[in-house]
Formats: sequence, structure tokens, C-alpha cells
Amino acid sequence: MAEIKLIDGYPEYMRKLIEKVEKTRSSRINYTPPAMSRQEQEEVLKVHPDYAPGGKRVITIGPNKGDIGPNEVVDLLEAYPLIDPGKTDLSKIDYETDILIIGGGLAGTSAALWANNSGVPSDKILLVNKLRHGDANSIMAEGGTQAADREIDSVQRHYLDTIGGGHFANKPDVVRALVEDAPFIIKWLIEMGAIFDREENGELVEKWGGGTSIKRMHSCRDYTGLEELRVIRDEFRNRQILCLEQYPAIELLTDDNNKVTGAILWNLETGEYKIVRAKATILATGGFGRLHIRGFPTTNHYGATFDGPVLAYRVGVKLRDIDTVQYHPTGAAYPIQIVGYLLTEKLRSSGAQPVNVDGEAFVFPLEPRDVEAASFIRECYVRNKGITTPTGLRGIWLDTPLIDIKNGKGYLARAFPGMTRLYKRNGIDMSKDPVLVFPTLHYQNGGVETDPWGRTNVEGLWVAGEVSGGVHGKNRLMGNSTLDCLVFGRRAGINAAEYVKTHTETGNITLEHVKKYIDMLNEAGIKPERRAPILLPDYRGRAALARIIDIF
Amino acid sequence: MEEKTNIMERIAEANRPVTTGVDEKDIKDWVTIYIMGKGYRVPADLTILTAIEYAGYRLLRSVGCRQGHCGACATIYRRAGEYKLQADLACQTRVEDGMYLVQIPFSPAEKAIYDITKEPYDASVFIKYYPEVARCVSCNTCTKSCPQDLEVMDYVQSAIRGDFEAVADDSFDCIQCGMCAIRCPAEIVQYHVAQLGRRMYGRYGLTMPKHLKKRVEEIEKGKFKEAMDTITSKSREELEKMYAERQREPD
Repeated sequence: MAEIKLIDGYPEYMRKLIEKVEKTRSSRINYTPPAMSRQEQEEVLKVHPDYAPGGKRVITIGPNKGDIGPNEVVDLLEAYPLIDPGKTDLSKIDYETDILIIGGGLAGTSAALWANNSGVPSDKILLVNKLRHGDANSIMAEGGTQAADREIDSVQRHYLDTIGGGHFANKPDVVRALVEDAPFIIKWLIEMGAIFDREENGELVEKWGGGTSIKRMHSCRDYTGLEELRVIRDEFRNRQILCLEQYPAIELLTDDNNKVTGAILWNLETGEYKIVRAKATILATGGFGRLHIRGFPTTNHYGATFDGPVLAYRVGVKLRDIDTVQYHPTGAAYPIQIVGYLLTEKLRSSGAQPVNVDGEAFVFPLEPRDVEAASFIRECYVRNKGITTPTGLRGIWLDTPLIDIKNGKGYLARAFPGMTRLYKRNGIDMSKDPVLVFPTLHYQNGGVETDPWGRTNVEGLWVAGEVSGGVHGKNRLMGNSTLDCLVFGRRAGINAAEYVKTHTETGNITLEHVKKYIDMLNEAGIKPERRAPILLPDYRGRAALARIIDIF
Repeated sequence: MEEKTNIMERIAEANRPVTTGVDEKDIKDWVTIYIMGKGYRVPADLTILTAIEYAGYRLLRSVGCRQGHCGACATIYRRAGEYKLQADLACQTRVEDGMYLVQIPFSPAEKAIYDITKEPYDASVFIKYYPEVARCVSCNTCTKSCPQDLEVMDYVQSAIRGDFEAVADDSFDCIQCGMCAIRCPAEIVQYHVAQLGRRMYGRYGLTMPKHLKKRVEEIEKGKFKEAMDTITSKSREELEKMYAERQREPD
């Protein structure tokens, strides 16, 4: 039962490598490698997973036929449903509601609250969750939420930062809604009791975010998403809005005019399906990190499996910007227990430096995310100057002790309590030793196309949050994701509430769109090998899997 | 070309234990853990969560963010030969040889229903909604069972005194896993008490920032309407030029 012997969290051979980092540290305190020229950036991007050859293919069916997407995404779009539409009993309706909300992160929860604020009674709103209410990427957001509320800032400045960060591919009308609503959202959260970091004089602390031209990031220590979500979830519970947990949606329902009229839910534990009929349906299912695109680890929660777009695509919604994936440069690479965990960009803007196996600072620490990530990959796999972990991963050092050297002793522990705790649990003091990092799959930039009120091109269906596409273009900025959820969750909730007031008749429920989709798959010659949505990833050990007999 | 593809394959290969599950042949060091009493031989460097998966369980409960933020994977364990029960997050704790463990899938705690806009900002709000706080015997079991190492008993005492700021500060990093409430002999639901306290402090103990209020009013009155009409109608080329020329606020 040999355990690996560790000295302050690292095995002996890594300790020896850390000595090299320590040796060069004093010479690096006042040295930063120069930023890359545009040409150098283009060169290094060739090893970025979005640009390296392979990994993508053309979508052959549906509204986005002819577009390109990651293989893992196209696999799920070109997959057969979990149900057999001919054998599914739609005659008994289990839940009749005005507004069905699928997904209970920041977007879904704020949609519920604002539908309720807009006059829909709490027993006519149903929020369903694949896991527990709040199991979402939202709760893991560390950095903060952007809002242009300082005197010297402006909403048009926030607009320009967002559009530039998105490589000018963003949809202008939704970006406008995002930036114009942002200060209101912060005010709303404060009125509900959210505790944002404050200066001594009571004013909001406003920090830098990558890619912004001015400080406008509002944080709650490094637990911003947790604080925002638990406040609005508490309010949701006080309103006694209906909520189901452990009930993923596995298909949408449509009426004779292809209007969305509800969903089929599946009891994750008993396997029984339930029918929900609704006048309006809001999809807020989040992103796709757990698809492990190109084999990367992820910062995302267990349920981030692209369910929403899979369901919506079958009713005929249009997706956009689905070809780009955000990889965060600094995911944890050691120890194995925390691989993929997000180490916020703020560590680098606070002085932490990327360093290779020889103790050299090899890259400007604040290149755009894609460039920074690609340079780490090049250092590890082209120049072979990475550090190999006991489990065979490669990473580069992030020299975190520089943070206290530059900002004063104790600064790191105060500004990053979540991260300090994470490493402490693994025996590592990140104020004394560097930590090992490698790019990690972070965010679904694109998704279901929407208008500023969360409406899709299919009547009866709204989207909000990471499942949507357009607001972030080809690359999301730090601090715009929690904002996206809260702005468009609210807008979808308000708009759906208006809709159900004027559309009092609920349509019939059919699975005609699913039948048509199956026909389309058949015609395209796609074999019934894959089924979707996948709902959860599978991490069972292979030895156990090889001997499992499926009896029950 | 080929080499670049190869890099992606090598990265994917190196990450396989994390992305698709652990393969036995890669493992040198092993421990034995007891999941609900059943023994399993598992790789020594897994977390409790990944070890349960390695053993063949497909988790449908007691799993969430997998990175210590959501509180779904609260787990109680005892080391072989010890009498003491330990509490921690399965996703944040490495397996140890001889660990006996069970995950807590659900905490049947009662959350009070209230409207914070209608409550007085004093200690009576805690007594009104969570009268059991008065039963605290200061045994400190809550603090000892907190996987975030928070001073739980201290903030319960602060609640009894009506010190909202201390409740908020001491409970801020709470991920609401429910371990404190499950272990508490006085049946206090500490994490719900803290939620009420934080919201009251956030609403009444802190001031609404003036510039924020002003900015919201300005937007409502249309101060930025013209500027936004202009910028949203710009061509890509114009925007690119504006973006390249934008001034960065000095640090």
C-alpha cells in the first residue's frame, strides 16, 4: 500500500525542480517578457486547440447544416433521441404550468424570480434541475461581474470592450442589452442582500478584468458566483416557486405549429418519465465543458453536457459561434485531484508569473487567453520545457509566491481565500511554492441564437445564459458570464411572463419534431450509434465497467 | 501538420485519467477504502469522489461542481482503528487506506420562509425564524465538521447577539453542504441561519453605493441612448479602429 511520499505537497523530484524556480525568482521580480507581436501570436496559435488541425467537422443536418463545430458537439447534434416518439405516452400530463424553466443556475433562477415579479404566480412557474437547484457553472464563478457604474466609465465603453474581446463577431442588439442592464443587476443583487467587496468608505471595489479598458469588475472575494446564486436561490425559495431536482429534461414538446409547449422530464433515480405542458419554456441549461473537447480537462460542473442545444436543435433553433471554445490558460495541472480547476486570471494580474522547467519566464503573463494558452502548450509539447507530473500530465509553473513579494505578505491569502484553501487541502502553500498549470476547457462561447429578450426563432422557446450564443461572439470576456445569466435570465422571465398573459391557450403536445429529426438522421445516413442528450459524463473505472452486468 | 495533430493527441492521452476514467495499468500505488462497508482497491491518488467512480459507481447524487464550490458531495468517514467521525467534501479529499465512508445525498433541513424587506434589523429576526439557535450548547461540533474550516459556532453565537457583520464575515465562504446541521446536537440549521444573516447584512448593514444608484437612473433617463445608438450601428472596420485606439485606464 505504498503512498507517494510528499514534501509540502510535492514529490521529491518536483521539489528539486522548484529549486530552479526559486533560484531565478529574484532576477524575475522586475522582469516581464515582452508582449508578442501579431506575427508571433499567429505563429503560436497554430498549437491552440481551436486552430490545430483536426478536432472539427461539418454539421450535416439541421438548421446549421454546413457550419463547422467541434467533433464532440457535432456528435451530439447528429445523435438519436433517448426516447422512441412512437412509444412515448403523452396522454397523461403530470405538470401543467405557465412557464417551464429548465436549469437552475443564475440564469434559470433569475428568470423564475422576474417572471414572478411580472405577475406570474409562484405555482404557475416550474423550475426543473438535472441535479440540485444551483448545481451549475454559475456557483463556480470566481472572478466577478462587470458593470459600468463608475462615474468615469460608460455603457458604450463596456460595449466596445465586449465586442473587441469577442473578435467583433458578437450580436450587437444583445450586447447592448447586456451592458445597459448591468448596473441595474448589481443594484438588484445588493437590494436582495448580496455582499460585494467594499472599500473602506463603503463604495464598491472595482477591479481589472482581462480584456477590459477600465476597472469595472465587482467581486465577492473569489466566491462571486456562489454569493450571487445563494442569494437569489434563497429568494426563490422564499417565494415558494415550484422546483424539481434530479429531473433532467430529455426532450422538448411541440404543438401542431411547431410551437414549444413543454418538455419530457426523466427521474434520474427511478427512470420514470414525466410530461410537463407549458405555455412558455425557458432553456437555461448551461455549457459543454464535460464534453472534454479535444480531450481537455474542464473547469465545468458535472452536468455541463450540452443538453440544451441538443434539445433545441431538434425543434429547429439556429445555433451560432459554436466553432470556438474558450480554454482558460491556467487550469490546475497538479495534484491529480484538482486537474482542470480554474486558477483565476487575477493571479497573473497580481504578479504571478508563468515559468518553465528551467526557471525561465517565457511569456508575457497577460496575453489574450487563447495566445497565453497556446504558449503554454508550445512550451510543454514543442519545446519540451514543461514539468511532468507523477501521473504523466505536463504543465508549467505559475510562480505565485511573487504575489506576496510584490503586494506585501498576506495579500494572496486575503484576496484569494478559495484558492488558498484548495491548495492547503492538498498540502501546498501557494504563497511559498509555485503551482503547476495547464490550459483547461472553460466556456461555451456560442450557442442558441436569441434576441435581446431571450426569444429564439421558435415560438414558445426562450434561452438565457451559457446555452445562448451571440452576446460573447467568438470569445467571452472575464466578468461577462455571470452578467449574461442575470441579464438574460431576467429578460427571458419578464418576456415569457408577458407572453403567457396574452397567450392563454396552451397548445397540444406532440413529438412530431422528434419524428422529423429521426427521419432527417436516417436520410443523412447517420447510424443509430449515438444517443443524446448524454445528461452526465461517465468516469467509471474501466476494470469495473468491463465486468458490469446490466440486470436491474 | 501531422505534428500539430499529434500534440493534441498527446494532450488528450495524458488527460485520459481525468476525462474518461482511470485505467488500472497506469496505477502503481493502491489503497483499500470501504464504501458503505464494502471494500474496494482503488488508486491512491484519487479523491473520494473519483475513487467511488473508479470502483464502478455512476454518481447521480452527492456530486455537483466537483471543485469544492457547491457542497453536494459532503461525505462522512472514519479511519480504520479510530473512533472519530470526520466530515469533508468528497471532491476535495484524497482517499486514505482503510477509510470507511458514506456520502450524504441530501440534508432534510427546514429553511424558513421570510421576506427580508419586512424584517427588523436586529437579533429578533434570528429568534423568530430559527428559534433553535437559542439551544446552542457551544459544543463546537459544527465547527469541527465544517469542510471549509469556518468558525461555525462563533457565527451562531454572533447571530444570537445580533451581530450581523460577524455572521456575514465568518460565514461568507459557506458552501451550504449541510454538514454542520447534520451533526448539531441542538438541531440548529447553521447554514440557513447564516444565509438569513448575510442577506440582512447585505441589505441593511451596507449602504447602497451612490454612483451605482446614479448610473441606474442615468440609464433609465436615456443618458446613454444616443451614444449607444451610434456605437451599435458602426461597421466592423470602425469598431476595430475604435477598439485599437481605446485608452486604458492607468493602473
